[in-house]
Amino acid sequence: MNRVARFLDSDLFWSFRTSPMAVASALVALVCILGAVLAPWLAPHNVLDLASVDLMDAFKPPFTEAGWTLGSDDQGRDVLSAIMFGGRTSLLVGICAVLFSTVVGVTLGLTAGYLGGTVDALLMRMADVQLTFPAFLVALLVDGIARAALPQEVHERIALGVVVFAIGISTWPQIARTVRGSTLVERNKEYVLAARVIGLTNLRIMATHVLPNVLGPVLVIATLNLGLAIITEATLSFLGVGVPPTQPSLGTLIRIGNDFLMSGEWWIAIFPGLALVAMVLSVNLLGDWLRDALNPRLR
Amino acid sequence: MIAAKELARHFDVSKPWLQRTLAREPKRILRAVDGVTFDIPKGTTLSLVGESGCGKSTVARLVVGLYPPTAGQVLFEGKDLAAARAQPEMRRRMQMIFQDPYASLNPRWRVHDIVAEPIRAFNLVPDPAAQRERVAELLRQVGLSPLDGGKYPHEFSGGQRQRISVARALSSNPEFLVCDEPTSALDVSVQAQILNLMKQLQRDLGLTFLFISHNLAVVRQVSDRIGVMYLGRIVELAQSENLFLRPRHPYTRALMEAIPDLEMTGRSRTPVGGEVPSPISPPSGCAFHPRCPLANDRCRAEAPAMLDGVACHAVQEGRD
Repeated sequence: MNRVARFLDSDLFWSFRTSPMAVASALVALVCILGAVLAPWLAPHNVLDLASVDLMDAFKPPFTEAGWTLGSDDQGRDVLSAIMFGGRTSLLVGICAVLFSTVVGVTLGLTAGYLGGTVDALLMRMADVQLTFPAFLVALLVDGIARAALPQEVHERIALGVVVFAIGISTWPQIARTVRGSTLVERNKEYVLAARVIGLTNLRIMATHVLPNVLGPVLVIATLNLGLAIITEATLSFLGVGVPPTQPSLGTLIRIGNDFLMSGEWWIAIFPGLALVAMVLSVNLLGDWLRDALNPRLR
Repeated sequence: MIAAKELARHFDVSKPWLQRTLAREPKRILRAVDGVTFDIPKGTTLSLVGESGCGKSTVARLVVGLYPPTAGQVLFEGKDLAAARAQPEMRRRMQMIFQDPYASLNPRWRVHDIVAEPIRAFNLVPDPAAQRERVAELLRQVGLSPLDGGKYPHEFSGGQRQRISVARALSSNPEFLVCDEPTSALDVSVQAQILNLMKQLQRDLGLTFLFISHNLAVVRQVSDRIGVMYLGRIVELAQSENLFLRPRHPYTRALMEAIPDLEMTGRSRTPVGGEVPSPISPPSGCAFHPRCPLANDRCRAEAPAMLDGVACHAVQEGRD
């Protein structure tokens, strides 16, 4: 059996197939991701190209004109296209932030759990301190420091990176704690002792033996964190401290639309908001399903 | 081949420093192994038997270097173990087989990779094709099919898994094998198969074994010599048959009494009274004195030394 056939035959895939919720959220997530990734080719208008934006097109209501399905905003940008490009930024920031926090969390958690002793105590106290600050506060703080410390043009160039770092750094302790817990269980199992008897280095044992056996729960947390990271980024951008205006995300679009919400042009804020809800909800539901599917006690 | 000299391993099981200081408690030291001496000549099997918690598994782990000793030393081929284990060539010559066949194989690795791990670690067979051939040979040697190499551990039964462990341990061509209760997780018929396999491998490959068990029947089948452990010390060390025919230490006799015997059904037994004392605060003098029928004042005050294979004042004074 090749890998694909084995996957289609696995318990995990069976559990996926028989859960309508999982299939539905996977479809929605897939649509969101494809729409975002393929925005430059699928979107009816290129909203990032300032030359193609015409103020005469401003405030078109939705569902009235072909090519402007979801209407246009105050600058004459197509809302649907803006959502697709915005989703691209949101998704990019979310995925990078989750990758960053997962890599940091897994590395530190694995090291703390496997080495134990002083290293463990030190790393876990760091995680405790980090956890006492709300994630959002940390993100605001990092962003504020980067803004104050870096010259404007430098900051604008690395603004996306700053947001990724700010969101990622605030969620690593959760992953580190989970990984540390699993590592504490695995490191005393006899297959690890057997590897130590033949004198393998700690690094090699951690990478080849312990790591593959502690990644299950990480996958679930990372999926759930993706939704959280997208929301955090949208909140930061809504407040105007997240991504730069040259790369609007869904949060930026909602902020712009917010100004017109009470004056009748509701579509500018509502549609990006709905897109955000669809994206985050589907990712979260997928994460929930994955958590249950990987939990042997719920089988 | 391998020798232990006054080997000891203590574990610090105190509460955290702050709690301990606030409660004005002393440190709590668990004396898992407290002065154990033995040697195992090449090609023979020494077994250590004893109740749970007597320190036999700790001895096994000390002997392969998983724990550093608190006191005393382990000599491998006359060299200190830590110095010997610094050289891959010496490390290659010692291997360990574990108790739980469900925990001793990495569940995410294929059997081929599990068995080949020591070969790769010591770079014994660099060519991949030759490596596959070597793993196939090892699997055949322990009574499995070479085709089993492509499967995962969960596809095997407990006995088969233990065979995989044996194949893995043999893959680095070791001369000294430590077996930490290799059969206690298996059912009786499978136990016999694994024991026969190990005896056969010893004959074929000239292996030296340190065998840890709490099962006297198993020990009798495999051992040349047997050490009886009680609370971190060896109380009696004798040739296998002698120990079963003429047990000398009162504790050994009590253990022999406890073996079920077909010919003696219905006979009255004299159970050993009391519990195993805590290795955190062992009794004064001879550790066995609270449970010993022969104990006197000297036993309560003075720890007996190992003389002529037995550590007991009563035996040495002829009071038995």
